[in-house]
This record gives sequence, C-alpha cells and structure tokens, in this order.
Amino acid sequence: MTDTFSKTTDVPQETEARLERIRTGLAKRHAREKRFRLYGVLAIAAALAFVAILFAMILSKGLPAFQQASLSLPVTFSEELIEVDPKPVREAGQSAADFQAASLRWQRDVTLINWNRVLENAVRTIAPDVEIETRDLQSIIDNGERFKLRDAFVADPSILGRAIQMDVLASADVDNWLKGNINRDLPDAQQQLSADARALADRLYEEGHIRMAFAWHIFTNTDSRSAPASAGLAGAFMGSLYMMLVVIVLAVPIGVASAIYLEEFAPKNRLTDLIEVNINNLAAVPSIVFGLLGAAVFINYFRLPLSAPIVGGLVLTLMTLPTIIIATRSALRAVPPSLRQAALGLGASKTQTVFHHVLPVTYPGILTATIIGVAQALGETAPLLLIGMNAFVAAVPGSPFEQSTALPVQIFLWQGNENRNFFEARTSAAIIVLLALMISLNAIAIFLRSRLERRR
Amino acid sequence: MTHNQETDTAAMNMSTSQFIEDQVTGSSRQLNEMKTRVTARDVNVFYGAKQALFDVSVNVPDKSVIAFIGPSGCGKSTFLRCLNRMNDTIEGCRVEGEIRLDGQDVYDPKIDVVELRARVGMVFQKPNPFPKSIFENVAYGPKIHGLASNKTDLEEIVVTSLKKASLFEEVKDRLHEPGTGLSGGQQQRLCIARAIAVSPEVILMDEPCSALDPIATAKIEELIDELRANFTIAIVTHSMQQAARVSQRTAFFHLGVLVEEGPTEQIFTAPSDKRTQDYVTGRFG
Repeated sequence: MTDTFSKTTDVPQETEARLERIRTGLAKRHAREKRFRLYGVLAIAAALAFVAILFAMILSKGLPAFQQASLSLPVTFSEELIEVDPKPVREAGQSAADFQAASLRWQRDVTLINWNRVLENAVRTIAPDVEIETRDLQSIIDNGERFKLRDAFVADPSILGRAIQMDVLASADVDNWLKGNINRDLPDAQQQLSADARALADRLYEEGHIRMAFAWHIFTNTDSRSAPASAGLAGAFMGSLYMMLVVIVLAVPIGVASAIYLEEFAPKNRLTDLIEVNINNLAAVPSIVFGLLGAAVFINYFRLPLSAPIVGGLVLTLMTLPTIIIATRSALRAVPPSLRQAALGLGASKTQTVFHHVLPVTYPGILTATIIGVAQALGETAPLLLIGMNAFVAAVPGSPFEQSTALPVQIFLWQGNENRNFFEARTSAAIIVLLALMISLNAIAIFLRSRLERRR
Repeated sequence: MTHNQETDTAAMNMSTSQFIEDQVTGSSRQLNEMKTRVTARDVNVFYGAKQALFDVSVNVPDKSVIAFIGPSGCGKSTFLRCLNRMNDTIEGCRVEGEIRLDGQDVYDPKIDVVELRARVGMVFQKPNPFPKSIFENVAYGPKIHGLASNKTDLEEIVVTSLKKASLFEEVKDRLHEPGTGLSGGQQQRLCIARAIAVSPEVILMDEPCSALDPIATAKIEELIDELRANFTIAIVTHSMQQAARVSQRTAFFHLGVLVEEGPTEQIFTAPSDKRTQDYVTGRFG
C-alpha cells in the first residue's frame, strides 16, 4: 500500500526520504502495539481459563453432594417396641411446673425407646428374605435418623400401632458406595461397609427403596460428627450472618465516618500523615495477626465469649476498616472540587457541604467499598481459627454471643474430616454455598450501585 | 491576617475618609454619589512562601459592576476570592491587610464565614450546578439559611431568582429535572440564579463566561447589566471587550500588583500607566 502511495503521488524527494524513515519506525511501533495487545489477550484468557477450571472443579465435585441417598421406609410404630405411657395431658388442678415435669419425663422415656430397632424392622419388612446382622443393617441408615422417628411420635402419639411411610437418610458410607466414591473392587477389609450391608444397599437401590433426593438438610441441619450424612451448614451460615451484621453495623459507620473526617475535616499535619500511613499499613497486615489481637484483647481482656460471632465480627471489623476507609477516601477525593466550592460559595457550612453534596455523589463508591470489605470479611478464615471459631458446634446460634462457626471455617473443618470420600463433596458443596452468597452480595451491590447512579 | 478590632462606625469613617483622599489625589473618580460596599486596604496574599498579591487597595462601589482584568496569574482571581474568604479553603493560603464589607472586617475572627458568604455570593468559572434538580439547586441556599418560612415562600424565591437570572422561561416546565442536564450557558445562569436566591449584597463572578459560547456569553453579559440594579458585582474576566461592555469601573492587575483602577472608559481610552496601556491595546497578555 505504501508503495502505491509513493508511486501514484508526486511527493518531493526529501519528503519521500523523511516518510521512509517514519515508515520503518512505524512498522516497529505497530508490531509493538500488536504484541502488547496479544499479551493482554493471553493474560485475560489465562485468567478466564483458571476461573473456568476452578468453577468446573468445584461444581463437578460439589453438585453431586446436593443429591443424597435417602431411604423410603414403611415405619411401623409397633406397640411392642414403643412401650410408654400416653402423652401427659394437663389435668385440672395440676400446676404448670408439674405438667412440664411430667412432659419432660415422658419425652425422656420416648427418647430411651429403641428406635433403631423400629428402623431395623422397617428395613426388614421391605427386604424380608435378607439375612443380615443387626449391626450391618443399621450401618446403612444415618445415625441421627432415629430421632426423626422420635420427633414424629412426640408430635403425634396417635401414630402408635400404625405404619407410616417415612424418608430417612442413608448413611454416608451407603452414599459413597452408591455414588462410586469408593472402589468397589477393594477387599472387605478396606471397605467402609460389610459385604452384607453393601449387598443390601445395592438391592434396595435397585428396588427403588433408596433413591437420590435433594439434600435440603445441608441448609437446615447443623454440623454433625456422629451422623455425617445429615451434617449441614445452618449453624455456620447463621454464624457468618451474625458476623456480617456485626461488621456492617460497626465497620461501615466507623470506616465511613473516619474517612470523611480524615479527608474533609482533619488538618493536614504530621499526626494525620502518620495516621494515614498506619491505615495503609493496617490494610496490609496479615489477617491472622488480627486473630491474635482478637484473642488477646476481646477474649482475654474484655472476657467476651470464646467462639462467638461477636468476637469474630469485631476481629473482622478491625480487618475491614482499612479497606473501607481507603476506598471511601478515594471516592471522596474523586469528587470534583467545583462541587465543594459551589456549596461553600453559597454559604453552606463544611458539614452541610459534605453531607448535602459531597457524600451523596460518593454513595456508589462507598457502597462498593463496603461490599468489597464485607465480602472479604465473609471469606476470611485465619483470624477465626485463633478465636476458637473452628470449634465443633452442633447448634444454630441464637445470638451473636452464642458459640458458632462460620462458613469458611466449616469448609476448613470438613476439608479435614476423616470421612474423606464423603466430605470431599460436602466441602465443595459448602464452597458452592459460600460462593453463591458472595455472588449474590456482589449482585446486590451492582444493582444498588446502578440504581444510585441512575438517580443522579 | 490583621484582626482589626475597630468598631463599625470607625471603619465607616475610615472608608469615607479614604474616598475623600482618593478624590483629592486627583484621579478622575466619580464616586461622589456612589456608596462603597467593599473596601480593600493593603491586601497581601501568600500561598505558602509565595506572595501572590502585593498591597492591593481597591473600593467596590455599590450597585455597579467592577471588572478585574489582567494577564493570567496576575492575582485577580485570588483577590476576588479574598472578598468572600473562599481562599480559606486553600491549604497554606494566608491573607494580610484589611477587607471591609459595609465597614465590617471580613477577616475578623468573630465574623462567621457562613454569614459572610450569604452576603457575598459567588459564581465560578465553570458552571457547577449541584447534581440535583433545577428547583433544588436554586432552593438550596434559601433552605440552609432558613430564608423561606414555608414551601410557598421557597417556591416564590426560586421562581423570582430564576426570572432574575432570565432562565425561568426556558426551564419552567422542567424545574424538577436535573440541573446538570441544561446547556452550558443555562447552567451558568442557573448558578447565577442560585447565587441571587440568597439575596446577597455582593456577587463575585470568576470568569463566568470563559466556558461559554458567544451567544451564551452575550446573555450572561446582558444579565449582569440587569443585575447591577440590585446587586454589587465584581467580575474577573480575560476578555477586555467584556470588561468594557459590562463594567463601570475596571481594575488592572499585573504580577500581583493592582496597577490602575478607575472608570472603565478611562482605563480603556486614557490609562495613566504604561502597563495598562500596553495590556488594553493588546501589546501583551
């Protein structure tokens, strides 16, 4: 093209020479630009590929965990096995305390019933010809499921003597066996289930008594060691929720207020410079150090309860504050000075200028900063380990002062669980829940941000 | 900063005596019947170690327009910003000397800067409406100063201000749309409406037309001429034609020094200083 250009036009000699020099350099410049673009595309492609691999791995491992082997049994609440007095009713003249005592006594009696036996009978009714030892038979049902029968009976004692179709969870070992998470060719000694139990599980699966059902209990149950199949995330989820609440309630107002003060009101001197440097340093402090600080200050000195979301929230607040302060300050700094001058020129006071004009235009920025900070706090594990939030807690915390664990810590705990082939999938399932929570948090942030920006 | 503790009357006396002095010194100022609104005496301004203004003394007469002209960096904007203490917001800025508004020292520590700015409004170089509705832009000043006792009052103030800024006819159907959606010239008139909504005594304009096209500029100039009836206006401009068109008095600044101040006509036709002559004839600047 350059050739035709020079031939068809009447360019003077020296211009031609100058153009030639420019062109040689031009080719180099273009090549450099192309190369740079290529690097960019490669970098993004690599990043996307890794994200894709990560998601593919987590989803392929975690999604099967949401389907879990579940037994459908005709449970007979037979009178021979369930020998208890009728459920106490409050009689005339009986005090409330007496009635409560009687109820509790009755419930204890109900708990002491051999519910495993009831379950065993139920299994034997659907597989009458199988010869299997009680122990092996019970190993196919999750350990905690007997309480499901008890609860059904306590709720409605009139089912006594009747047969009721109930869904109970198969044990984690059965789940592994049926999903192929354990090598079927391994010798008996290395199998999790006995040969009889394996045969029974296969048979029940073929006959349709065991099927894969959606594992709602992941969301409704707490962690469990004795009954791994029924272990869930409810406790960790609530713990994380309480911590997020503490972080939002403390870190956002304190962080935004400090950022506004430092950026708009504070005099610029040595002291504020020192504070600024320290805030920037705090943002770079490894999170586990905050855990040590939390253990030393909040637990040892202020005597706050161990393993409680309030302490976790306080530690994460300290960790999130620098992020929020730095991001809010840069949002404030981005506000054009003309806006401040307009308000000041009208006679607005400094505070009015900031709160009426500067702050409203920084809402999207502050919101983003907050969400980034909270999301970071939500995924933080290390400091929580040091304040005891890696404890095994089999209850949903009722308040931030009760013992609890958190989602990322639960992932850490499940990752280390000795029932590897069951909890590997569970871990990924918990990661999916955590990621879903993060993505929805970010989606809310983007939605609010676009709404706030549209309103301007 | 000098903190003059004189009483108001004494200050008034001083500024009056300054008038007489001015007239005696022979410059053909015709201030006899003109009351002075703002008096500046020996104003020195420093940005850190750098001095930006040297002993500037000037009177701003009531209900008239005074133009500050001069090459870039000559200190005319700096001086303008001293009058409502907008320089306070600049880090390291120090003002010495005395500036009096109606005899009151504006740099007196007892003066509330909020009150001062309610009396001395300002219009900036670049139109800077708030990112709010047109109505809220104009209503903001009266609202924060509590000038309107109720909603009807406020609406009246807004409408009157927009009319005074000759913007009302163009925006009356979209008062609740954002002020940032207007054209540049309209935005600047909105800023003027916003400034006059608090009924200041003095309006400072810092190159109000430099970001506008000639048609919008003509409109603003026309508006300034109308506003002269009710307000005292000090305007900084780079355009000598503009200074000649809108002002009654002109002050020429050069390198931080007030070279010459006098009736506009005289400054442009018969300046007494060589530098003024060179500047207004376009030989430099």
